[in-house]
Amino acid sequence: MTSISMSVNGKAVSGDVEDRTLLVQFIREDLRLTGTHVGCDTSQCGACVVHVDGKAVKSCTMLAVQASGSEVTTIEGLANGGDLHPLQTAFKENHGLQCGFCTPGMIMSAADMIARYKASGSKLDEKAIREELEGNICRCTGYHNIVRSIEDAAAKMS
Amino acid sequence: MYETKYQRASNVEDAAKMLAATDDGKFISGGQTLIPTMKQRLAAPSDLIDVRNIDAMKGIAVDGSNVSIGAAATHAEVANSNDVHKACPALCDLAGMIGDPHVRHMGTIGGSIANNDPAADYPAAMIALNAQITTSKRTIGADDFFTDLFETALEEDEIVTSITFQAPSKAAYAKFPNPASRYAMAGVFVAQVEDGAARVGVTGAGSSGVFRHGEMEAALSKDWSEAAIKNCKVDEAAMLSDLHGNAAYRANLVKVMAKRAVAAAG
Ligand SMILES: Cc1cc2nc3c(=O)[nH]c(=O)nc-3n(C[C@H](O)[C@H](O)[C@H](O)COP(=O)(O)OP(=O)(O)OC[C@H]3O[C@@H](n4cnc5c(N)ncnc54)[C@H](O)[C@@H]3O)c2cc1C
Ligand code: FES
Ligand code: FES
Repeated sequence: MTSISMSVNGKAVSGDVEDRTLLVQFIREDLRLTGTHVGCDTSQCGACVVHVDGKAVKSCTMLAVQASGSEVTTIEGLANGGDLHPLQTAFKENHGLQCGFCTPGMIMSAADMIARYKASGSKLDEKAIREELEGNICRCTGYHNIVRSIEDAAAKMS
Repeated sequence: MYETKYQRASNVEDAAKMLAATDDGKFISGGQTLIPTMKQRLAAPSDLIDVRNIDAMKGIAVDGSNVSIGAAATHAEVANSNDVHKACPALCDLAGMIGDPHVRHMGTIGGSIANNDPAADYPAAMIALNAQITTSKRTIGADDFFTDLFETALEEDEIVTSITFQAPSKAAYAKFPNPASRYAMAGVFVAQVEDGAARVGVTGAGSSGVFRHGEMEAALSKDWSEAAIKNCKVDEAAMLSDLHGNAAYRANLVKVMAKRAVAAAG
């Protein structure tokens, strides 16, 4: 067991974990933040995407001990009290989800790509969004409305 | 995943010592290959020595035509480096084609070459650029570094610390990704190095991993054009054959990717 501590959604948290504990297990099982999902065991689906030190990563492919000392943001950290994040609103308005299983990962990936494109000054157009979603799989929507939701939110956030 | 013990190293010497003191430990960098493998129980290291936070292994430095990339540089850092882009834009393109944005935020160049997956992208660039791979013990030329499928010249406790190469006069990488995994079914990195000599690195296709294609190199050294390699032969007997594509298909893909890369390099 190793004692770890990190900031999750702005709050300091700590815990004792086995070294083999994945970050996603720590988030879901120890912190009980179950918005972050696990959709595969091959590191391919992206349902588990969270931000670690400002970058989107797959929390199923990182150990909790590796994230000790880091700042982590999960889907629960996006809304501001009762006010949804613009991406959450855009997914709702554009029918960007059906079963919703992939949605936390989609939104965390989208927040990351919007921030990166904004910082570099390049345009996040439809083609770029589709390429950026390489690591996020959705079995329901066929992606069109996810892409639309992200375009909509990106425009509102610019 | 089987049990394991994790330690974070703060410098290269400590990392080597920590590993030497374990039963069956392994270095971990970005974890984007090692953790999936451990989750599948295909690897069960007794210990993990994390080298991702070692300052001496971070960063990218370009001085004239000398390019030096720290082993802990992530794929995203290489893809977005303005300095690398000026010296060798093809390497940025290659790094940007690895996996997906999340994998690129964690995965590192050192981890990728130490792993030497036959379908990984970086090894093709390393041999085509005649890169020198510096470790905790020595410097190894790329031609001698990649020895077989998932095999390298590295010893158990040897750490890749940086990669250096001379900026080529032109280069390009063309990749045909496996539609499901995004790893290369065939990837060809072409580079024109000193005195107009051409080097061609092929990944994804060879049955003993990454290789150079001598006939194409000779043809391109004389005449850098798609036409020059039209009649070059890719030996089917040396190709991988699996459910994603048989040897004949891969041999053809290598030719097609090589032509695309030559055209893209201009
Ligand atoms: C979904 C997905 C898609 C991917 N797609 C691609 C792709 O298209 N192309 C591609 O090339 N790769 C792909 N990868 C692999 C990715 O590029 C990995 O990041 C890379 O292969 C390993 O780098 P790492 O830093 O993550 O290494 P780790 O997983 O941490 O380590 C890999 C191996 O290298 C050893 N090691 C690590 N660092 C060092 C060092 N400095 N010195 C000595 N040994 C070391 C470790 O002990 C381990 O054996 C993909 C991975 C995933 C999960
Ligand atoms: S659960 Fe992490 S990629 Fe699928
Ligand atoms: S909405 Fe069901 S998986 Fe995407």
